[in-house]
This record gives sequence, C-alpha cells and structure tokens, in this order.
Amino acid sequence: MERTMFFHYRKFKNLFMYGLCMLSVGVALVPLLLIFYHTISLGVSALNVDFFTQLPKPVGESGGGLANAIVGTLILVGLGSIIGLPVGILAGIYLSEFGNNKFAAAVRFMTDVLNGVPSIVTGVVAYTIVVLPMKHFSAYAGGFALGILMIPIVTRTTEEMLKTVPNSYREAALALGIPQWKTTLRIVMPAALGGIVTGVMLAIARAAGETAPLLFTALNNRFWHTSLDQPIASLTVFIYNYGVSPFEDWIAQAWAGALILILLVLLLSIAVRFATRQRY
Amino acid sequence: MEDIIEKEDIEIKTSIAIPGNVSSMTAPPRTIKIKADSLNCYFGKVHAIKNVSLTIPENSVVAIIGPSGCGKSTFLRSINRMHELVPDSRIIGSLTLDGKDIYGMDAVTVRKRIGMVFQKPNPFPTMSIFDNVAAGLRMNGMGNKKEIAEIVERSLVQAALWNEVKDSLSKSGVSLSGGQQQRLCIARTLAVNPEVILMDEPASALDPLSTAKIEELIHALKHRYTVVIVTHNMQQAARVSDATAFFYMGELIEYDETKKIFTMPAKKQTEDYITGRFG
Repeated sequence: MERTMFFHYRKFKNLFMYGLCMLSVGVALVPLLLIFYHTISLGVSALNVDFFTQLPKPVGESGGGLANAIVGTLILVGLGSIIGLPVGILAGIYLSEFGNNKFAAAVRFMTDVLNGVPSIVTGVVAYTIVVLPMKHFSAYAGGFALGILMIPIVTRTTEEMLKTVPNSYREAALALGIPQWKTTLRIVMPAALGGIVTGVMLAIARAAGETAPLLFTALNNRFWHTSLDQPIASLTVFIYNYGVSPFEDWIAQAWAGALILILLVLLLSIAVRFATRQRY
Repeated sequence: MEDIIEKEDIEIKTSIAIPGNVSSMTAPPRTIKIKADSLNCYFGKVHAIKNVSLTIPENSVVAIIGPSGCGKSTFLRSINRMHELVPDSRIIGSLTLDGKDIYGMDAVTVRKRIGMVFQKPNPFPTMSIFDNVAAGLRMNGMGNKKEIAEIVERSLVQAALWNEVKDSLSKSGVSLSGGQQQRLCIARTLAVNPEVILMDEPASALDPLSTAKIEELIHALKHRYTVVIVTHNMQQAARVSDATAFFYMGELIEYDETKKIFTMPAKKQTEDYITGRFG
C-alpha cells in the first residue's frame, strides 16, 4: 500500500516536472513565433520582384525596392567575416590547444570583455580608426566594425568546441607521429567542426542584425555603391530609417526588409550546415 | 644511422638486471631495444617514477604490472614522450632507443618509431575504418593511393580485423564494437610501421573474447615488433609476456623472466602482489 502511494507520488512528480519543462520550451518559443508571424504578416505585402531589383524611390513616389540594401548587407557581413572569422577561429585554436598560460588567460578575459562591449561603442571605435583617417564613411569601415563584433563570439565558441574534443584523439594522433599542427588541423578541428560552424553562424547572424555600428561607419546609401570605400546601404539601417518614417509604404518596406534579413540568415545557416555536414 | 648493439651480458648499471635467460629461451641473442637508466618522472612536485632502470630486449613482450597509481602508465608514456604533454611534467635520467637518447631526438620521430595503443579504444570519430588506418600514413605525407591501400589491408590483416571489416571499410570507425575498435587502433598503429608498440591496458575495457583476440595478437606481433604492455590483469601478463616488471609506488621492485616472477619471485612485495595479498 505504502509502496503504491510512493509510486503514484513519484509518477506525479515526474509528470509535473515534465510539464514544467514543456511549459518552458513553450515560453521560449512563443516570442520567436510571434516575431515570425508579425514580420511575415506585415512585411509580405511589400514583397514583390521590384523589392529585390529596384533602388529605393524618393519620398512621395511609391514602389521601388531595397536591392542595394540587400547586396550591401551581404557585402558588409562578408567584409566582417573576412576579418572576424580567421582572427576568431585562430584565436580560438590558440586558446584551446596552446592556451595553458597567463597570456592566454588574459586573452580569454579580454575576449569576454570585448563580447560585452555595446555595439555602438564598437561603431565609435571604427569611426575613429577607419572613418576619420579616410575622411568619409565607407563599406570598409562598416565591415571593420562588424568584424570586431564577430571576433569574440567566434573565438569563444571555437575554443569551447575544441575543448569538447576528448584528449584521447589528440594523444592517438600524436602517438602516430603526427605533428601537433596537423593533429589540430586534421583531427581536432574536424571533430569540432559542427560546433565551430554554429559559432560562426551566430557571429554572422549577430553581424547581419547590427544597426548601431553601421550608422557611424557604412552610413547609408540610397543608390548603388560605386566602390567599397564609399558609403553603402544595409538592410538594418534601412529598416531603422524606414521604420521610424511617417510613410506607410516605407514602413511596409521596413517590415519586408526585416523578413528578408531573417530569411537571409536562415538560408545562410542552412547552406553552411549543408556544406560542412559530415559523413558520420 | 649506426646501431649500437648491446649484448645482454654487458653489465647494466642497475640493481635489476635484464632477465638472465630471456635470450636463452629463443634462439638468436636479443639486442637491447629500449633502455631506461635512473629514470625519474615528475608531475609538478609529484615524483611518479623513482630511479627506474631496466632494459627491454628486441622482439619480446614485456609486461608491466602493479597496483593503480604505481607509475606503470607514466613509465610507458615516458618512452614515447607522451608524458611531456602533461603540463608541469619533468623527466630526469636517460631513456634510449637502439642506444640513442630518446629525449635527444625529435618527439615526432620518436613517436613514429614507438607506437602506442591506449586503454580506451579511440578511433578518430570523423573518419572511416579505412581512413583511420590510413591517417598516420597520409598525415606523414604518403600520397600513393595504391601503396596506402596495400598497407591498410596488411595492417588490418595483422590486427586480425580484416575479415570482419573488409566489406565495410568506408563505414565509420566508431560504428565497430569495442573489441573491434581496439583492433582498429592496433591496425592504425601498425600502419606507420613502428619498431616498438606500447600498450596501456589495451584489453581492460573489453570483454573476455575480445581480450583473448588481443592477446593472440600480441603473441603474433612480437615476431616483428617489441611490445611493452601495461596491465592490471596478472593472468594476462603471465599469458602474453616474456618478461615482467613489477612497479610499486613509482619504483621498480622486480624485473625478471615472467615465469620466474609468477612462480618464484625474489621479492616479498612481488609475491604479496601477485598472490593478491595487496593491491
């Protein structure tokens, strides 16, 4: 009798906790779904072929698109990746594989600090370092700011992921007479690839969604950029400008821009996952 | 490269000489493959190996036994310079391979000549069975596909795994059973053609059948390689080895012909350990 009571109590407790877990998952998913729903319902009306192929129209004229901003965002994220990914991944490798010293501990701490720096501050720094000497806003400056934002994210995820690779694989490789750099590159890196890719995608998503640092660096451009040392358009800055404008079609285009931004990051994630998938 | 060949009867500077009649058991007199002289290993302040001197003859199987924490693995790992990968580790004393100072050579070269099989099977998770065996060859610069395929097959045959995996070479290495994985790891080690194979409790994570297979394998291997095996299992040491070294608290207590160690050990501590009175 006592035993069955305990059994029921235990079953109930199990069910109750399971329910709490499911509830938490729901709570976490609700905002995400709401954002999707809201963005799609408000943005889809402004989506048409023109949106992807046309330049923004001047105030008062209807129609037009954000083609230059879509391309601009891709270019800015690309430039940021050129700076942020190599530095971040190499730093992560250093911290994980060779980082058993005080210097590495300092680097690790600074990386965490950098991760906590508000992005607008990064924008101001990029303004000082790149924009002021060049005397004008440019895509380079925007890419530089985004790159700096990406470095700490990539560094720490790369380090953490490499650390999850069991030491026994490193030892097995070294015991075969494989030099350490090859062990890191061909044994440890592939084993952690999935996690490193996740870190890279997080960094890219973060960079693609940044507005504040671009206001100081890439500025904006209502036309096609002529070269990378000129101001360049970006989806986020357009969303910001259009979203606070009093014109209904601009606001709709801002929502469409947001939708495209989400889809871009999603597609990129899927593509990268597919490209780096592993056989086993 | 000149090979310094030391006969066994050359006086060895140690209280424990090489097993007197190991060489008389088999026909050709054995040369010394590995020699440790007053070897001391440290982890920070921990003195893990204390003044150990012993010689390992070529083409023999030497077992190292002793209770946990007695320094068996540390000694083994000092031979192929894996010990130094541990932060704060230190080694004092001499270790030679064919008469040449192991710590004077390049670590990568040493590890190519002295292979190692670990306690837990550790095939590379991102590689197929074939690629696992080929890894050491490819990453040491061998590009000839035909040659690699030949060596992979030969190594798998030698490791008594070929018949079980020949139709599934492209499957993941970790899809195999534990015993098969361990033989895969042995094949991987054989592929780079080492002279010495160190085994750190290679069968302790395996079931009795797999263990028997590994032991048979060790028997077969000694014709071409020198094998040093650390084991917790005294029956195993008795079955596979020619000579046995008993370590206790970082010291080499006794080193002699296996038969002698297990039938009439010279030291009381050895007897107590092998009869199960402690450890």
